[in-house]
Amino acid sequence: MTGEALAGLVFLPLLAACAVLALPSRSGRVPGTAIVVLSLVGPLVLLLPITVALWTKGAFSLQLAGFDRPLGIVWRVDALALLLLWLHAVVGALVGVQALASYPTATDRGRRFWPLWLLLSGGMNALLLSADLFNLYVTLELVTLAAIGLIAIDGKPAALKAAMRYLLLALMASLLYLLGVGLIYGQTGTLDLYQAGQTLDPALLPITALVLMLTGLLVKSAIFPLHIWLPDAHGNAPGPVSAILSAMVVKVSIYIIWRLWFWMAPAWELMTAANLLGVLGAVAIFYGSILALSQKRLKMIIAYSTVAQLGYLMLVFPLASAVAFQGAVYHLLSHGLAKAAMFMAAANILLSLGTDNIKRLSGLDQRLPMDVFTLALAGVSIMGLPPSGGFLGKWLLLTAAWQQDGWAWMVVIVAGGLLSAAYVFRILAATCFHPKAAGHNRNIKALPPAPASIAALALALMAIIAGFASAPILGLLEAGLPPEMP
Amino acid sequence: MNSLTLYVMTASALFGIGVYGLIIAGHLLRKLLALNLMGNAVFILMVTVAGPFEHGPDPVPQALVLTGIVIAVSATALALALMVRLYRETGRATLGDNDGDEEVDDG
Amino acid sequence: MTQALMLWLPLLTVLVSAVTGMVIFILGEKRRRLRTVLNLSAAVVKLALVGTMGMLVLAGHTPEFRIALLPDLDLVLRADALSMLFATLSAVLWLITTIYAVAYLERSPDRARFFGFFSLCVAATMGIAMAGNLLTFFIFYELLTLTTWPLVVHTGTSQAIAAGRTYLRYTLTGSAFFLIGLIWLYGLTGPQDFVVGGTLAHFHGNADTVLRVIFVLLVVGMGVKAALVGLHAWLPQAMVAPAPVSALLHAVAVVKAGAFGLVRVVEDVFGRSLLGDLGLALPLMLVAATTILYGSVLALRQQDLKRRLAYSTVSQVSYIVLGVSIGGPVATIGGLVHLVHQGLMKITLFFCAGIFANLLGVRAIGQLDGLGSRMPWTSACFTIGAFGMIGLPPVAGFITKWYLGAGAIAVGQTWVVAVLIASTLLNAAYFLPLVKRIWLHPPPEHWPAETRISRVERGAMVGSAMAAAALSLLVGVFASHPLSPLTWVSGIVMEYFP
Repeated sequence: MTGEALAGLVFLPLLAACAVLALPSRSGRVPGTAIVVLSLVGPLVLLLPITVALWTKGAFSLQLAGFDRPLGIVWRVDALALLLLWLHAVVGALVGVQALASYPTATDRGRRFWPLWLLLSGGMNALLLSADLFNLYVTLELVTLAAIGLIAIDGKPAALKAAMRYLLLALMASLLYLLGVGLIYGQTGTLDLYQAGQTLDPALLPITALVLMLTGLLVKSAIFPLHIWLPDAHGNAPGPVSAILSAMVVKVSIYIIWRLWFWMAPAWELMTAANLLGVLGAVAIFYGSILALSQKRLKMIIAYSTVAQLGYLMLVFPLASAVAFQGAVYHLLSHGLAKAAMFMAAANILLSLGTDNIKRLSGLDQRLPMDVFTLALAGVSIMGLPPSGGFLGKWLLLTAAWQQDGWAWMVVIVAGGLLSAAYVFRILAATCFHPKAAGHNRNIKALPPAPASIAALALALMAIIAGFASAPILGLLEAGLPPEMP
Repeated sequence: MNSLTLYVMTASALFGIGVYGLIIAGHLLRKLLALNLMGNAVFILMVTVAGPFEHGPDPVPQALVLTGIVIAVSATALALALMVRLYRETGRATLGDNDGDEEVDDG
Repeated sequence: MTQALMLWLPLLTVLVSAVTGMVIFILGEKRRRLRTVLNLSAAVVKLALVGTMGMLVLAGHTPEFRIALLPDLDLVLRADALSMLFATLSAVLWLITTIYAVAYLERSPDRARFFGFFSLCVAATMGIAMAGNLLTFFIFYELLTLTTWPLVVHTGTSQAIAAGRTYLRYTLTGSAFFLIGLIWLYGLTGPQDFVVGGTLAHFHGNADTVLRVIFVLLVVGMGVKAALVGLHAWLPQAMVAPAPVSALLHAVAVVKAGAFGLVRVVEDVFGRSLLGDLGLALPLMLVAATTILYGSVLALRQQDLKRRLAYSTVSQVSYIVLGVSIGGPVATIGGLVHLVHQGLMKITLFFCAGIFANLLGVRAIGQLDGLGSRMPWTSACFTIGAFGMIGLPPVAGFITKWYLGAGAIAVGQTWVVAVLIASTLLNAAYFLPLVKRIWLHPPPEHWPAETRISRVERGAMVGSAMAAAALSLLVGVFASHPLSPLTWVSGIVMEYFP
């Protein structure tokens, strides 16, 4: 049962992608929409038996087509993978609502858009399940290429350039990763992440391989100073694409970094490298927030905010404790929800104003109250103010830092929160309390489709509710901590 | 100099040329060529890792390289499509912010 | 039945205002009548809930609601005697302020937003009042910041936005200090609920310096909202907000939350005896005394009525801190009871200032001349508030000062009496000229900007001011009544000093 469900997670979106492509252009709205809705809702259902299995039996693996390691590919489900699968399913379904509104399946745009979107979705699920170094490479390429196609889908010059820049860096990054995989295979004769981890020791070659793979993945996850591609790409992509990019796509490469670091090389004692990664994260927090403060466009502010928020996920390396890990995962989940909500609200605003210049947003709380409310709620979680998932993530990270007398990290986390408050309140002040507001915003051309606004609000609410529903998530994580974690 | 060293050195040289080209080249086509060069370097290295040992070469890295080539080809195809589109939209096939300063090719 | 009541009552009191706020947002701008009815009935319901809870507490129960945020980290809402003091004050003043605000803002735009956040703000205050541990307190403390910011910037002028920015800068930085202190404290002792005598009373660890640092962090966190000297600059700037906001912010919500938090930290986290052992009581006393004098001196120099009142708040709120830090039962009574007294008197003054500004355009001190003949009722209320602030009997302020002075002498800190006398003289110096202008100077020929409003609106505004003034008189005159704040506070203090 779980095997079929796992296969469904990967192949349902892929088959749906083919089906949308194969639909004759005159088939009308219904079949295409039905296929898309099915593949958006499907993962939510398919995850139920998997969750039950994990809850009752603990982490489990699946050998694809019965080939055993080292030759065969193994899928492995543990708490971290499951939580990210859920995040992807939830964010994907709700962002999909907005995507359906702006890219109807019966139109030309929709027929270009949905195969890529579904490819991205299937690739992401496969990536999260995979425990095979090379398979991770393939799925990551799948995700990246689909994402690049989606960024460029409307053919706007700015988006095309951003996509191109992203593509060049991403290709270079995958080559670095692939080189690392080759070296590790040469050492161990296996591609299975766990098997390789058991035989490897921190000698020169394995460390070189790890560094190569990490460098590549840091580019893909846009960790400072390798973030240069992200703001343009996320800021210029179509609304739903920005949402899924910031919520999921950059996260999955961090997910691979975590896998390599904590599962493949758990006992390598790379404290210097860990501290370096932490420092990169800290710089990202400050740099991203400060740049977010100076942006002129709403979506660019949110994109730079992503650069900053990703920095928190790097702090788990120097802190390296169970509490820190739980905090980082919690931060990842709530940031995924909140950031997707923010980008969707921004897309709705962009749609109805035709611009997202921060100076033109005055008086929006009268005309688009739901979207502004979404921005505010998601902002609470991004700032890490209680009660929200962001707060709990920050609380856990702070506690972890305190336990190790990491005062510098505590200061970074708290100061980062203050900086994020500065840019979130800048947005809110611009939308609600602009001095030249004088009543209503007259630039509004059309109201955004109601389902899109509701879906964004739902995501923002979930980010807040995450502040109260930590018990099952942390319980799962407690049982699925990386090995050798104090 | 045994053949292993030769392979590794060739791969390193190719990779270096690729990185240089990726950074220096203005035109996107050259950047792409440079990237492909880097890819080839990585593939050579992986084939080197595969042997030949006493009982013949290890087939797994070769299979990986095959997959890698397929991915590289498709990624290049996507990049070319993007480049053509970019050229049609902006009249240039470069990434510079102020395009007027850069040499324009017919891409 | 009682069991269920005990469980849900604390949550319900918070939710009443929160849900009201949400519904007001959803109703939108145009449903004016429905909004007003909803607002008023929610305020009445809340008063009833708080009353019920008060009865339960009187009967010796402790209603408590608890939910786990993280494993072994609980959000606790609990009604003990001290929380009831603050909760009752905010429930009563919410009702009065709502009536006032409905009339005050009758013609201004964005009322749905205003009343929505107003209700949310009261919900946060309720949460602060009933927080059963420091984490819960922190959560609602942050929520209070979030919900008051839209009220401060409500008018949307660039002045208001600048004030809002300053407000956020101060309060969020303060809460960053608070958060670090909180993590540190919980790291040392684990999460603990507030306990009479202090959660740290049984802490056995040789960590005096660490505890001192934590105390300073927490005091900075609370001190920003309580407007301790050096951390007060946001308060006068926030005066650009509409009068009901100033009234609520200054009398109840923000500054009181800070002061109330300091009381909690001193009494229920560190505990009196530990505070003495660490040598922290005297520095806190000095800070409070400095703030009292500094605020008064600055108030003297203000020519804008609301700014003068704001600096007066800076000064008056520190009476609470002073009383608690002096220690000893009598001074503590003085400090705690001032929580209520200052609230009632200051809200009276701000209501009156709002009426002057709204109806006649009178904003500066120099324009107050002859108001007594034009608006006798409002002027009378203003006078009562001003006399209370100075500490003239029988208005409530007198009781505070009496208890503070007697308490200070009882524990041998006689210098405090000098501070009290100096402060009283300063209070007189900045309030008596106003009273003199109002009653004894001749009225001008034209008022700066006279506005005609309906009788109902006028009645609602003046009525709320009179109600607040009457309350500040009553709690002074009937201080020995079994339900007066003074009696209630004495009961609380008896627990602290068995």
